[in-house]
Amino acid sequence: MSTLAIDKAGPRRKVKYGSISRNRTWALRWSYFFLVLFAIFSLTPPFYMLITSLKSSGEIAAATNPWWVFHPTLSNYIELLSSNQYLRFFLNSAMVSVVVVIITMLISVPAAFALARMKFWGSAVLATGVFLTYLIPDSLLFIPLFKMFAAIGDLTGIQLINRWYVLLFLYPTLTVPFCTWIMIGYFASIPKELDEAAIIDGASWFQTLTRIFIPVALPGLIAATIFAFTVSWAQFLYPLVFTTSTDQLVLPVGIITTLVKGDVFSWGQIMTGALLGAAPPLIIYAFLMDYYIAGLTAGATKG
Amino acid sequence: MADVAFQHSRVITRTSQRSSLRNALKRKSTAAFLMTLPLIVLIAVFVLYPALYSMHLATLNKSMTKFVGLGNFEFLFKRDTFWMVVKQSCIFAISAVIFKALIGFIAAHFVHNIPAKGQRKWRGMLLVPWVIPTAMSALAWLWLFDPSYSAFNYTLGLFGAGPIPWLGQAGWARFSVILVNVWFGAPFFMIMYLAALKSVPEQLYEAAAIDGANWWQRIWYVTLPMMRNIIAITTLFSLIVTFANFDIVRILTAGGPLDQTHIFATWAFRVGIEGNDIPLGASVSLFMFPILAIAAIFILRDISKRGNEAS
Amino acid sequence: MAEVNLRKVVKRYDDVEAVRGIDLDIADHEFIVLVGPSGCGKSTTLRMIAGLEDISDGDIMIGGDVVNDVPPKDRDIAMVFQNYALYPHMTVAENMSFGLRLKHYPKAEIKARVTEAARLLDITDLIERKPKQLSGGQRQRVAMGRAIVRNPKVFLFDEPLSNLDAKLRVQMRIEIKKVHQKVRTTTVYVTHDQVEAMTLADRVVVMNKGRIEQIGAPNELYHNPATRFVAGFIGSPAMNFLPCRLEESGDKLNIRLTDRLGFAVPPLRAQRYKNIPRNEKLLMGIRPEHITEARPHAEPGVEPFDATLDVTEPMGMETLVYFSLEGTPLCGRVNPNAAARVGSAMRLAVDLNNMHLLDQASGAVLGRP
Repeated sequence: MSTLAIDKAGPRRKVKYGSISRNRTWALRWSYFFLVLFAIFSLTPPFYMLITSLKSSGEIAAATNPWWVFHPTLSNYIELLSSNQYLRFFLNSAMVSVVVVIITMLISVPAAFALARMKFWGSAVLATGVFLTYLIPDSLLFIPLFKMFAAIGDLTGIQLINRWYVLLFLYPTLTVPFCTWIMIGYFASIPKELDEAAIIDGASWFQTLTRIFIPVALPGLIAATIFAFTVSWAQFLYPLVFTTSTDQLVLPVGIITTLVKGDVFSWGQIMTGALLGAAPPLIIYAFLMDYYIAGLTAGATKG
Repeated sequence: MADVAFQHSRVITRTSQRSSLRNALKRKSTAAFLMTLPLIVLIAVFVLYPALYSMHLATLNKSMTKFVGLGNFEFLFKRDTFWMVVKQSCIFAISAVIFKALIGFIAAHFVHNIPAKGQRKWRGMLLVPWVIPTAMSALAWLWLFDPSYSAFNYTLGLFGAGPIPWLGQAGWARFSVILVNVWFGAPFFMIMYLAALKSVPEQLYEAAAIDGANWWQRIWYVTLPMMRNIIAITTLFSLIVTFANFDIVRILTAGGPLDQTHIFATWAFRVGIEGNDIPLGASVSLFMFPILAIAAIFILRDISKRGNEAS
Repeated sequence: MAEVNLRKVVKRYDDVEAVRGIDLDIADHEFIVLVGPSGCGKSTTLRMIAGLEDISDGDIMIGGDVVNDVPPKDRDIAMVFQNYALYPHMTVAENMSFGLRLKHYPKAEIKARVTEAARLLDITDLIERKPKQLSGGQRQRVAMGRAIVRNPKVFLFDEPLSNLDAKLRVQMRIEIKKVHQKVRTTTVYVTHDQVEAMTLADRVVVMNKGRIEQIGAPNELYHNPATRFVAGFIGSPAMNFLPCRLEESGDKLNIRLTDRLGFAVPPLRAQRYKNIPRNEKLLMGIRPEHITEARPHAEPGVEPFDATLDVTEPMGMETLVYFSLEGTPLCGRVNPNAAARVGSAMRLAVDLNNMHLLDQASGAVLGRP
C-alpha cells in the first residue's frame, strides 16, 4: 500500500485564525451602515415632497431650515383637491390608465397563451420580436406618430391631436410587449401535464385558458396589470406631445404646465400635486409589493 | 399541450382523413394567429410603421413639401449643438448605467446579507425611487436643486461650503441629471441582482468558504461568474432605456443651460415639436437607432446563448 | 495529527434540538461513517465540524485545537458535497486547483498535485472540461479531486453518492475506499445507506433523533447491536422482532414465542441471560439470514419449525420468504432451490445462536457481553 506522493509542504501564510462570529458581526454592521445610507438617498426626495407640501408659501420663501416644516398646513391639499382643474387631471389619468390596462390585458393574455402553448409557424420569431419592439423607445416614435396623427386629422377630420383618447392607442405600445413577455414566462412555467389532464377531462382550448391557465397564472396576471397601470400613470412624453389644452391633460403633464405660471413656481402646490400624483402607484406598491417586484423580475429571470 | 384539443376534433370526424387533417391544422394555426393578431397589428401600426415613417420624414424639408435626401443630416453634422448632443447622450447613458449597475449590485449584496426577516423591509424602502413616476420625482429634484431655495445648498451652507449651481452651470447640470437618473434607476438593478443572488446555490459559497475564499474572493470567483448573464442583460437593457430617456432632462433642465444637457430625445422634441421642424426632429431621433440596434443585437445573442447553455 | 474530537456538541434551532449532546473521538487516519435516517442530525454534525453551522453548545476539536469559532477556511478541512458544488464556469483543473490558487501556491506545485490527484481518480483526460460536460460519477470524482489536492487534515463527505444510480454507487464506493487506502486522511462520511456505512467504515456511528445510538466496527454493530434501533437499522432486510418470554424448565432455558412454539436457548446464549427475569414479556430479535430452510443434518442451536408462506421474493442467489407468527410478520432467507411456494407450509429453521433479547419498553438489547 503506497502512500500518495503529495506532501504537506507548500508555502503557508502564517495561519491567523479568523473568527466566524467576529466576521459575521462586522458583515452585519457594514451591511446596515450602507443600507441606511442608501435608504436616506432613496427616501430624501419623497420625504422632501411631503415636507414641502405641508408648508405655506410664506414658510417656503422664509430662510428657515427647509428640511422640516414648522407650521404645517393642509392648505395646499385643500386648494388642489378643490380645484376642478387638478381633479380633471386626476380623472383623465385614471380613465386613461384603467382603460389602457384593460386593453393591454385583452391583447397580451391571448397572445401570450398562443405564443407559449400553441407552437405555430413563426411563434418563436414573433416572441423574440415582441421583446425587441419594447426596445424601440417612445422618444424615437413620437415625432412620426405626431405627424401621422396630424395627417389623419387633416385627411379625415377626426381630431387626433390634443385629445386624451389618443393616448389609449399609444400607451398599449409601451405596455403590451412587456406584459406579453411576462405572461409568456408564466404560462410557459405551467407544466404541460396540466393541459393534458384538462384535455382528458374534456375541456376545449378556450376552457383550458379560462379555467386552468388564468387561475394558475394569476400572480403573473396581477403583476402584469400592476406594470401596465404604473407605466400608463407615469407616462410623460406622449401626453406632452399629444395633449395641450388644459382639460385634456393627464397628471404628469398637467402639474408641470399649470402650476408654473410664468416664472413663478408655487412650489407648495407643485409638491402637493406631485405627491398626490405619485400616490396611486405608491399605494399599489405598498399593498402589492411582491406582485410588483415579480412583474419586474419575471421578464429577466424567467426569460 | 393545448393543441391536443385540436387533434381531438380530428379523431372525431374521421370522414375524409386528408381534408379533416388539413382542417384541424388550419384551425389551430388560425386560432393562434387570431389570438396574436391584435398584438401584431398594434406593433405594426404604432411601432414599426412610425419607425420606418420617420426615416422617410427625415428626408423631407421643413415644410414637408420637398424631398431633400440627406440634406437634413448634412445640416446636423455641421452644427456644433448636434455633436454636443451626441457627446452628452453617450456620456450620460454610459456613466449613468455604470453607476446604476454598481450601486444596484452593492445594495443587492447588502440586502442579501441581512437576515431574511428584515430584507423585505429594506427592499421595500430602496425600491421607492423606481415606483414614483419619473415626472413627479424630477419635480422634487428640481425643487431640491432650486437656485434660490435649494435644500442641499442650505445644508452645505451649514458646513461653510458655497452654494452649488446645481442646474445653472453646465458641469453641475450634467452631474445633476446623471445623479437623478441613477437615483431613479439603481433600484431596478438592485431588484434584478437580488433575485439573481438568491439563485446562486448556497453550496457553491460553502465550497468556496472551505477552499479558503474570503468575502471579496467569493464575490469575484462565485457570484460574478454565476450572474454574468443577468448582469449583461440588465446592463444592455438599461443602456437602451437610459439612452432614450426624456422625462428627467426635460423637467430638470429642458436641455439647458445653453443646450449643454440636451440628449437626443429632448433635442428632438425641441427641434421637432417646439421648433415646428418635423423632418429635422425625425433626423435627430433617428441617430438613436444605430446604437439601439447594436445593443439589441447583443441582447439577442445573450438571450439565445442563455437558452442554449441552460445547465 | 489530525484527530477530531466532539465533546457534548449540541445544535439548537429556535427551540428544537437537532443534535443533543454528541461525544465522539475520531483517531488520526480513521474512516468514520455517521449513519442514520433523515433528520437524525448526521449532516448537521458534519457541517458543524466543517464550520458551516454554528455550534450551540459543546466543543469541536481538530488536531487538538478547539475550532468552534474558526472559519471553515482556517480549519484545514475539505468537503465533498452531495450535489458536488463544482464551480460551473471553471474547468476541472481550475476547480481542483482553486483552493491552492487562493493560497498562492507556486504554479509547479499546483500542477503536480492536480496531475497526481487526477491520475489517482482516473480523470486525467477530463482535466480541461467544464462540469456541465461531465456525468454524475465524473463530477463526483472531480469533487473528490478538489478535496485531495488540498491535502487537508480531515475529509468530510456529505452523502456524496446519494445522487448516483445504484450501479454507479457501488463503483464509487470502491473508488472512495481505494483512495482512502492510498491517502490515509482522517475521514468523516455521512450517509443514510447502511450498506455504504458497513462497507466503507473503520467504525460506524449510528445516530437517531440527534443522539448517538452506538459506535463500533461494522461487524460489531452487526453481531452485537446495543439498541433496537441499531439492530433494526443495520442489515437488510431488517431484523425480525417478535414478542417472547423466557421460561425456565429444570436447568434448561427456553424461549417461548407462541403457545405452540418454543425453543431451547443454546447454552452460550443462555449464559448471557442469567440475570434476565423469566416469564416477562420481552422482544426477540433474529435476522432473516438466521431463518433458513430446514437442513437435513441437525446443528446445535438450529431449531426447525413450520410456517405458511405469504409472499416469496426470488432474488436469484436466495429467496426471501415472508410468513407470520400469530400476527407478527417475519422474513427469512432460504436457498433458492428449496421448495418455497406461496400458501403452502414450509419447514424452516431458526439459528438461535444468533438470537437477541430486547427490552420492549426501552429498546435496549439485553445480556450483551
